[in-house]
Amino acid sequence: MTVMTYAEAGMTALAEEMRRDPLVWAVGEDLGRGGVFGQYKGLVEEFGPERISDAPISESAIMGASVGAAMAGTRPVVEMRFADFALCAVDELVNQAAKARYMLGGQTKVPMVIREPMGMWRSSAAQHSQSLESWYTHIPGLVVAVPSTPADNKGLLKAAIRADDPVVYFEHKNLWGMEGEVPDGDLLTPFGKARIEREGRDVTIVSWSSQLHTASRAAGMLEKQDISAEVIDLRTLWPWDRDAVFASVEKTGRLLITHESVSVGGFGAEIAATVSEHLFKALKSPVRRRAAPRIPISYAPPLEDVVRVSEAQIVETVLEMVSS
Amino acid sequence: MPGATPRNIDVARYLDHHRMMHRIRAFEEAAAKANEDQLVLGAIHLSIGQEAIASGVCKNLRTDDYLLSTHRGHGHTLAKGADATAMMSELLGREGGICQGKGGSMHIADFGVGMLGANGVVAANINIAAGAAHAIKLKGDDGVACSIFGDGAINRGPFLEGLNWAGVFKLPALFVCESNGFASTTRTEAMTSGEGAAARARALGVPADEVDGNDIVAVDETVRAAVDVIRGGGGPRFIVCKTYRLHGHTASDPAAYRPRAEVDAAWKNDPIARCAAVLREAGIDAAELAAHRDAAATEMNQAYETAKTAPWPDLALAYTDVQDIGDPRERAF
Ligand SMILES: Cc1ncc(C[n+]2csc(CCOP(=O)(O)OP(=O)(O)O)c2C)c(N)n1
Ligand SMILES: [Mg+2]
Repeated sequence: MTVMTYAEAGMTALAEEMRRDPLVWAVGEDLGRGGVFGQYKGLVEEFGPERISDAPISESAIMGASVGAAMAGTRPVVEMRFADFALCAVDELVNQAAKARYMLGGQTKVPMVIREPMGMWRSSAAQHSQSLESWYTHIPGLVVAVPSTPADNKGLLKAAIRADDPVVYFEHKNLWGMEGEVPDGDLLTPFGKARIEREGRDVTIVSWSSQLHTASRAAGMLEKQDISAEVIDLRTLWPWDRDAVFASVEKTGRLLITHESVSVGGFGAEIAATVSEHLFKALKSPVRRRAAPRIPISYAPPLEDVVRVSEAQIVETVLEMVSS
Repeated sequence: MPGATPRNIDVARYLDHHRMMHRIRAFEEAAAKANEDQLVLGAIHLSIGQEAIASGVCKNLRTDDYLLSTHRGHGHTLAKGADATAMMSELLGREGGICQGKGGSMHIADFGVGMLGANGVVAANINIAAGAAHAIKLKGDDGVACSIFGDGAINRGPFLEGLNWAGVFKLPALFVCESNGFASTTRTEAMTSGEGAAARARALGVPADEVDGNDIVAVDETVRAAVDVIRGGGGPRFIVCKTYRLHGHTASDPAAYRPRAEVDAAWKNDPIARCAAVLREAGIDAAELAAHRDAAATEMNQAYETAKTAPWPDLALAYTDVQDIGDPRERAF
């Protein structure tokens, strides 16, 4: 075990995979100076500018060229800088990377990882703060990862690089500096295996990425009121661990999903619907969601906070659920 | 224009071109027939009149070189070496289709001959080809990646991004623009500002040539020179091939938006007739050239017959090759 930050864990994962496999390379704007969040620091010194490659501000080419490079036998790790900018490359991701294997009749796979720093940190406003993970869960062919801890950022990134599918990999900007214990060596975290952050009896709270920590703190507050919340970190949204969620809801009889992204059409809706379809009789209260209102993210902190789902809101919702 | 100036040509090479151009023409005619018979399921875009570009480009590529093509890609794919029957079966969505009936005309690919896919999105193949060239460079191979696209594609962003990318990284990439005068039902020049494709390429640092795309000798020689430079580490090259789309945008488009006289004049500039004229001047017998045409027609009619009688694909294929991770059968149920 080594204590390191979420950013360092991602860097360790990439460096280990690049040492293991000479066909792995990373490409994106400003990578030669360590990337905009320092998450590539020092890598160009070890691997050189061909494998830690700078790129022009050409998101469509970064993504599209990586699709071609993946089909031609390499394993690109694509840095999109901000999840928001990846929207300049949606054709390349959704129409090309995700579909090539299927529509070409299985003649190719497209092994690439698309790193998309997501989410609010502070005052980055509507084009540098979004959480768009649910969009990509809708696209057949894509894998969607949303790590919440340093250990998972290592284990999931390594697994993503080894996967033969295109993996949309959302790292939360708020978590770059988060420290945690990270297992040394070949840590490969499987996709679709949730992590029980905290065990409980009365309510299941499902979350992921940065919001998971808010949920966890809310569970701590609930404990002081004698309410025992089980907190599940999904880690990946496609595939998502239905078994873990079902097992927990069967035990607690209550489900709350909380995510930073907009509630409408968010992945919480998918989870709520699936649980309602399968476990209706096990439910003691209606499934609830706490997620962002459908408004763009503001710049001024008090306005920005309107979008955030707080611990207090989660506690309030759980109290409603247990008293109903 | 038929009856080009006599040149010292490699007769065997141009006999190959003549054969290939007839195969492409015959494939497209069989596909058009299949379309009339309502057996082609989706839109198909015929490359009749543009065969010299497909043949001239692909003859200068090795099997392990990569090709990325467009919605109008049948000719490119055949010339790269794909099997006509498997292609026709794909157009009909049948078992034995080159993509198992999952892609159709606009997604035809044959990785076995380096053909990494047609594309249903205009200009998308430019970045993908740049990336395939990037992979060649990273691996230290001596291959070339080529993308062929239309004159309409130069107005999409990937044209700028992909050419700039290939220039910046000095990639072994060949870009070929088939300038056939039209983008769907619109005259390309009406929607294109500035000096056109070659000027744009040069502005992006990619040396560009412009050739008569209906002159197989010009196309072959220009592509050969470009591929030599590219393979020698000289970076990307761009070639604009001027041609004319003799049929409609799709096989079902009568193209009534252009004057008959214009189309008639264009037919007089048929690249196959011009190739035949070159070969006749080099002393080749008319009967030998006619035999190419007949053999091509026989092959493609047979491909159509085979495709026609093939069954639909196995339903289980609907769920295969989606992705490795996550069960594709999981859906709302
Ligand atoms: C991004 C995108 N926009 C529009 C279309 C619809 N479309 C298909 S082919 C075509 C015309 C393309 O013209 P050009 O690039 O000149 O190729 P050509 O058809 O002449 O071979 C259009 C508009 C598309 N397939 N993709
Ligand atoms: Mg055109």
